Amino acid sequence: MMHNLTIAEQIKGLKNREFSSLELTQHYLNRIDDSKLNAFISVTSEQAITQAKMADSILAKGNASSLTGIPYAHKDIFCTKGIKTSAGSKMLDSFISPYDATLTEKLNYQNMVMLGKTNMDEFAMGSSNENSYYGPVKNPWDTKKVPGGSSGGSAAAVASRISPFATGTDTGGSIRQPASLCGITGLKPTYGRISRYGMIAYASSLDQAGPMTRTAEDSAIILNVMAGFDTKDSTSANKSVPDYTQNLSKSMKGLKIGLPKEYFSEGLDKGVEKVVMKAISDYETMGAEVIEVSLPNSIHAIPAYYIVAPCECSSNLSRFDGVRYGYRCDDPKDLNDLYLRSRSEGFGDEVKRRIMIGAYALSAGYYDAYYLKAQKVRKLVSEDFKKVFKEVDVVMGPVSPSAAFDLGSVKDPVSMYLADIYTLSVNLAGLPGMSIPAGFSDNLPVGLQLIGNHWSEELLLNAAHQFQLKTDWHNSSPVD
Amino acid sequence: MSLDNNKVKEIAFLARLSIEDSELEQSTQELNNILGLMDQLGEIDTGDAEPMAHPLEMSQRLRDDQVTEEDLSEEFQEIAPKTGSNHFLVPTVIE
Repeated sequence: MMHNLTIAEQIKGLKNREFSSLELTQHYLNRIDDSKLNAFISVTSEQAITQAKMADSILAKGNASSLTGIPYAHKDIFCTKGIKTSAGSKMLDSFISPYDATLTEKLNYQNMVMLGKTNMDEFAMGSSNENSYYGPVKNPWDTKKVPGGSSGGSAAAVASRISPFATGTDTGGSIRQPASLCGITGLKPTYGRISRYGMIAYASSLDQAGPMTRTAEDSAIILNVMAGFDTKDSTSANKSVPDYTQNLSKSMKGLKIGLPKEYFSEGLDKGVEKVVMKAISDYETMGAEVIEVSLPNSIHAIPAYYIVAPCECSSNLSRFDGVRYGYRCDDPKDLNDLYLRSRSEGFGDEVKRRIMIGAYALSAGYYDAYYLKAQKVRKLVSEDFKKVFKEVDVVMGPVSPSAAFDLGSVKDPVSMYLADIYTLSVNLAGLPGMSIPAGFSDNLPVGLQLIGNHWSEELLLNAAHQFQLKTDWHNSSPVD
Repeated sequence: MSLDNNKVKEIAFLARLSIEDSELEQSTQELNNILGLMDQLGEIDTGDAEPMAHPLEMSQRLRDDQVTEEDLSEEFQEIAPKTGSNHFLVPTVIE
C-alpha cells in the first residue's frame, strides 16, 4: 500500500510513474477521512488536489524537484496564506493568515502537497495535546492514551500513516516527546537552523521547527529543504546547509556515546529504561563506545525553562489583544474591557497560567530572582553540554520518563512539567536533538533520544539511520 | 514566595486577563504550586555565570535601514475584528 512507503520510496514511485501525485494525495485524503484520531484541525482537500494536479504536470515535464508531489501535514502553528491558522486556540479560530511562513513558502516552492493543518496544544504549550481548543488527539497505538505534545497531531498523523511526514515545532520537547510516544522519528535541529518567520511564537529563544517522519533518511531528505538562512528571521543562522543525505551510511565504529547518569535516575520508568539500554547496547554492537558522563545541572532545567518560556510567552502573546486580528469579545464597554475579555475568553487555562507566571516573574521586584536567575541557570545547563561534548560525539538517553499515559490522567500542571525533564535542556542550550523508535514498553512505543553538539544534525541523522538499518522498530505500525 | 488572591488579581490585570471570583482560589493555588517549583532556582549556586539570553550567543544581526515590507494594509485590515476609514477600531478612549 502507498501509505506504507517511506518518502524516499514515494519519490522513486512518482519518478517512475508507478503512481501519480493525485493518486497518492487522494489515497491520504481518504485515510484522513476515515481516521478518528482528531489529528487534523483543518483538512485542505481542495487545495491539496489542485496542488497534486500541478505537481503531476511538473513531474510530466521532467523538471520537478525531488519532493514535488509528496503530500505532507503542516502543524497549525505555521502561517498558510488564505488558510486558517489557529495554533490550536480559540483566539485564532477565525484567523485566515494573510501571508505564508517561510517554511510554508519553502515547501510550496518544492511543489509539495499540503493535506491539512495538524492539531496541537494551544500555542504549543503542553505535553499531551489535551490543551487544544479542538479537543485532544488520540494516540494511534491506543486511543485511550495521549499522543504527546505539543506536536501531537503531527506525530499521530505520521504514525497512523495518514500523512507521510509532518512539520513540528519544539520549544521544550514538542517534536521529540510526541515522536517518542507515537513511535516515529522526530528531529529538533539546532536553534536558528530553520526560519521561525510565520511560525506563531511561543518562546522565541527556544522555538525551533523540524521534520516528523517515519525514518531518519526521510528526515534528512526533508531537513534539506526546511533548513536555511532567512533574512526575515533575525535569529536565523547565516550558515550553509549541507546535503543531510550524504553522510547517512558512515559506520558507527569509534563513535563516542555519552550516557548522562542524571538521565537514568529515579523517576524513569523501568520499561522505558530497558528499551533505551537495549538500544545503546545495539550501538555498542555496531562498534560505538559508551562512556558515562554527567550533566549535573540538568535537574535545574525544569525551573529555568518554566521561567524563561513563560516570560517570553507573556511578552509574545501580548499581541493578542482583540484589536487587529483574532478573537474579539462581544460589546466591549471600554478598551480595558476589550483586552480583558477578549484575552480571557480567547485563551485556554494552560496558556493563561503561563502568561500569568511570566507576567509575575518579569514584574518589578521579581525580575532578578526569577528571570535573571533562570538565565544564569540556563548558562550552567549549556556549559554542562559544552564540557560533555569535549569527551563524546553524541549524548543518548530517554526522551520521556514514561510511555504514553492515559488521556485525562495528569491533571496537575506541575506533574506535567516534571515529565519534560529529559527534553528541556536541549532547548535551553540550543542543541539539536532527535527521538527515534527504539522498542516498546507494555505495547506502547518508546523513543531513544540522541543529542548532538550545535550544527551536528548530520551526525545525529547518520547515527539514527545506522540504528534503523539494524533494527525494525521504525517499521512497526499501529495500522495495516 | 507565595501569592495571595489579591496579588493574583493584580498579576492577572498586568497580563490583561480577568479571573472570575469563583476561580480565584483555585488559580492562586495552582500558581503557588508552580512557583514552588520555580523557587528551587533560589537554591542554585550560579556563581559568576553570565545570564544567557540567546542559545547560540550570537549578536543581533543588523540590516540597512531600507523599506523591505510591501504594503499589505488592506489584507491585514480585512481580517481585523472592526475597521473604519483604514483604521483598526476600538471602543472610545477619549470622550
